[in-house]
Amino acid sequence: MAQAPNKRKTDLTGWWFTSPALILLSLFLFYPIVSSLWMSLQIGKGMNLSFGGFANIYRLTQDPVFIHALLNTLTFLVVQVPIMITLALLLAVTLNDSKLWGRSFFRTAIFLPCVTSLVAYSVLFKSMFAADGVINSFLQTLHVISSPIPWLADPFWAKIVIILAITWRWTGYNMIFFLAALQNIDPSIYEAARIDGIPAWARFWKITLPALKPVILFTTVTSTIGTLQLFDEVNNIPTLGGPADSTLTLSLYIYYLSFRFMPSFGYAATVSYVIVALVVVLSFLQFLIAREKQTS
Amino acid sequence: MKPHYLQRGLIYVVLLLAAYISVFPFFWMIVGSTNTMADILKGKTSFGNALTNNITHLLEQVDLPLLFWNSAKIAVIATALTMVISSLAGYGFEIFKTRMSERVFALLLAMLSIPFAAIMIPLFITMAQLHLINTHMAVIIPTVASIFIIFYFRQATKSFPSELRDAALVDGLKEWQIFLYIYLPVMRSTYAAATIIIFMANWNNYLWPLIVLQTNETKTLTLAVASLLTAYTPDFGMVMVATTLATLPTLFIFFALQKQFVQGLLGSAK
Repeated sequence: MAQAPNKRKTDLTGWWFTSPALILLSLFLFYPIVSSLWMSLQIGKGMNLSFGGFANIYRLTQDPVFIHALLNTLTFLVVQVPIMITLALLLAVTLNDSKLWGRSFFRTAIFLPCVTSLVAYSVLFKSMFAADGVINSFLQTLHVISSPIPWLADPFWAKIVIILAITWRWTGYNMIFFLAALQNIDPSIYEAARIDGIPAWARFWKITLPALKPVILFTTVTSTIGTLQLFDEVNNIPTLGGPADSTLTLSLYIYYLSFRFMPSFGYAATVSYVIVALVVVLSFLQFLIAREKQTS
Repeated sequence: MKPHYLQRGLIYVVLLLAAYISVFPFFWMIVGSTNTMADILKGKTSFGNALTNNITHLLEQVDLPLLFWNSAKIAVIATALTMVISSLAGYGFEIFKTRMSERVFALLLAMLSIPFAAIMIPLFITMAQLHLINTHMAVIIPTVASIFIIFYFRQATKSFPSELRDAALVDGLKEWQIFLYIYLPVMRSTYAAATIIIFMANWNNYLWPLIVLQTNETKTLTLAVASLLTAYTPDFGMVMVATTLATLPTLFIFFALQKQFVQGLLGSAK
């Protein structure tokens, strides 16, 4: 009987700890989410908004710039995320070998890019990939290319630069999560497999990969969310989503719609919910794939 | 034995290449600070003698001490507040679990997937209504309750030994005293890792400050670097100096706290 009021007291104590965060989150996250959902149903310019129902969704289907931005964003996603996750995974497995000489040096070096700000590394990539810049002259010295590649002036190569830049910045970051998870695999499992004569690649497929599945899922989902929100790099490396909008992403388009031209907040909010929908659908698909592999 | 050595050698070649690619841009940044714009665009990879010239140009273009002060002020205040508010919440969600609090936590995790672009317009309007546009408050407030950091602290709290709490309760310590005198010192490496993550995120923050900070008096170093870069013909020598200066604080924090950072991350994953 004496337990009940005491229990209620501990329940309340918990809310004392969480309430500062919860109050802030309701004001500056939950309210804006609901508000922007409501806003996506409004049409008009500036502050003169009126209810438009699904007019904005219709406008999406008729807007070539939106479709262009959507395709660009998906291209970055489909090409970049798998490359980066595979690289991060392979590097982590290699660096997890305790007999490897200079392990912590390599770990630090590969992690280092993610201390740079997105703006700072934009500066570096923009200058390295200049028309007569260090990358072109390096490739020419090695005779990989005969004439300089117009990295930032060509729609195709501009996309490649963005993909290289993101991969440079985030591979080490994702590698850390894999390294952390690898610490938790019992080394005696590998030892037993080695004694049974199972080759290295089979140990990787049968032991390492299944054990890392939750982390692969985590890094893939967070990288997907990150790539869908791509903004700083495409605003700064080729400048303003150029050339010819070839690196225009959804986030950049939302920014333009809201803060560069005559603002149309309602339509911008609709575009932002396209990102939300993509995040939800893609995360769900990734969870589904992960589960399927688990049962098979 | 021979193929074994070959394999080892190949691994080192690949790792050295990966390390070289990772570190080269930093070298490029430092070398670039000492070169003229023409040399940088020609891909010169040796040190030049344009450093003082670049610094002079930068000081003519921007108010460097003010930019540093603005960035440092925002990053330090935001980091301190985020640590307090988000670690309290992470601790609260893990230690005082109720059915209600678990539901609230699930809702928070769901909101983690909402991209910033989806809330920036209403957030901007809210800030305008509060007359906070062009103030550092507007940059700091929305970041201090971070769901990601709350989640991180909650995961880390799972490894906080409950016997410590029980013993302290028997000794008659109050809940806030347990948090302050027992939890905080025990979770040092978790706090160190969080410091790095939060400080870097704030120091490097770009999109939201770009929207709310509109005058030169309130701008941060990151914003200034970006606006120097997006000029029609950016003077890369000058921009490289600015970039190096903007990267030094995060590099310093990373190397100072690296050991605890790795410990904190590895601990939280267990």
